[in-house]
Order: sequence, then structure tokens, then C-alpha cells
Amino acid sequence: MVSDVGSAPRPGRKQAPRFVAGERVQVAARPVLGHCRTPWYVRGKRGIVIAVHGRFRDPERLAYHRPGLPAQILYKVRFQQREVWPSYRGSNADQIEVDIHEHWLEPTR
Amino acid sequence: MAKRTHGTAAKTRQAGKSGAPKRQTKRRTGAGGRASHDVGGLAFGPIDRSEHDLALWEKRTDAMQRLLTSPGNRAFTVDGLRRVIEDYGEQVYDRTTYYEKWIRALRNLVVEQELMTRAEVEARMAAVRDRHAKAGRRVSKAKIPW
Repeated sequence: MVSDVGSAPRPGRKQAPRFVAGERVQVAARPVLGHCRTPWYVRGKRGIVIAVHGRFRDPERLAYHRPGLPAQILYKVRFQQREVWPSYRGSNADQIEVDIHEHWLEPTR
Repeated sequence: MAKRTHGTAAKTRQAGKSGAPKRQTKRRTGAGGRASHDVGGLAFGPIDRSEHDLALWEKRTDAMQRLLTSPGNRAFTVDGLRRVIEDYGEQVYDRTTYYEKWIRALRNLVVEQELMTRAEVEARMAAVRDRHAKAGRRVSKAKIPW
């Protein structure tokens, strides 16, 4: 997924990132009304955080002319393709990486 | 370029004669309530990867977006642009090209943010149409819904 060039990093409420690289996470499966950057196909899927990009104003609020606060930590999350697509026919080693904001991620075991 | 009209779906369908496939609304089997733009994984057939040279109006649309969202102006954000486009119904979303989506969204956002009134935009478009018609260029009569 192309990284979000539209939202420059901004200082917000300085909370430490909830997740660190290497941690397993699950994407929230909730539906959403209006703009959001989390594609449907990864909702509810489990992956691994591989990078913490930084803190960005929240596009879900910026889209409606709000200040985009509190800012959200943006992570790069890696998924196994066979986890994302139940009928995936490619190699078991195939992966996909998606940038996902913190409020869409939940811890998993 | 001179024969092209400005930012209409009709123009794109004319362009279809020169090779680009006509755009049709796609069936979203199993979409499960997602928005019309969020089609990853749906059976949409092969992706059209053909490239084309950008028309002048497409370059101008890109420039307008950059100016309106630049730090000095901040009329809105690119997130706002995406939101307007993602709110299109499936028919509009599927039958418009990349920059057609942008120019429609820019038009609506300048009104939404009260930079121009809808009447001002429409009067300006009518003036541009007149100017092109008087110059003997083909002018689309298509009306793009707000």
C-alpha cells in the first residue's frame, strides 16, 4: 500500500506507541461510516508489526476538515497472503505489508 | 488537445474510441457493505495497466489539488479529496477516470469550504464553454451532478 503522503507528521498528544516492531496484532473488524485508510480486505486479519512510521494527524478527521487530533501512530503491518485471502493459491511465503493507524489495531496472542 | 472538452464523462467515452475500454459499472459480488472505492479482492477482472499521456486539463487538475492543499493555502486536505471521491456511488466511481474523480471532488470542495459559491462555479463553467464554442471547438453539453 502506498504510504500516506497527504498527512505530514505532527506533534500531538505524546503517548508512547502501543505496539513495537515484532508484535502480533489483529486489525479491528468494525465497519466504518465515512473516510478511513484501512482497506476492507485486512479487517479482522492478524499480522505482525514490522515498523513504527511515526505520529500522523488522523485522516478520518482531516477528511472532514477537523484538525485530525489526537494524532495516531502509523504502523507498517505484515500479513501472510494466505491469511488475507482464504483461497490464496500462491506461495505460503508470500506476504503483504499495509500501513495501518493505531486505532485500528488490537493486541493478539 | 484543442478538440477536447473539459473534464466530462462524455470526453472519456470519446477517448475510448482511441483504445481505452469504455468504463462500466462493475458488480460487487460479496462486497459486504464496504464503500464503492474499496474493492480489493473483489472479482473485477484484469487490471487495465495501459498508460496514457496526460491531457492539459488533467495536469491542471493535479496542479489545482497541489495548490489548494499546500501549506500556504490548506483549503482542505488530500484526505478530504479522498473522502468526497469515496462517497461516490458505484456508478459514478466506476465510470469516471482518475482525474475526472479529482476535478469533481475539487469542484465540490471549493464550494463546501466556501471559497466559491455553486453559482459562481456554474457561471464560470458556462463562460468557459462559451469561449470554447466561439473559438469553434467542440464543447460537451454534459452536466456533471453535484
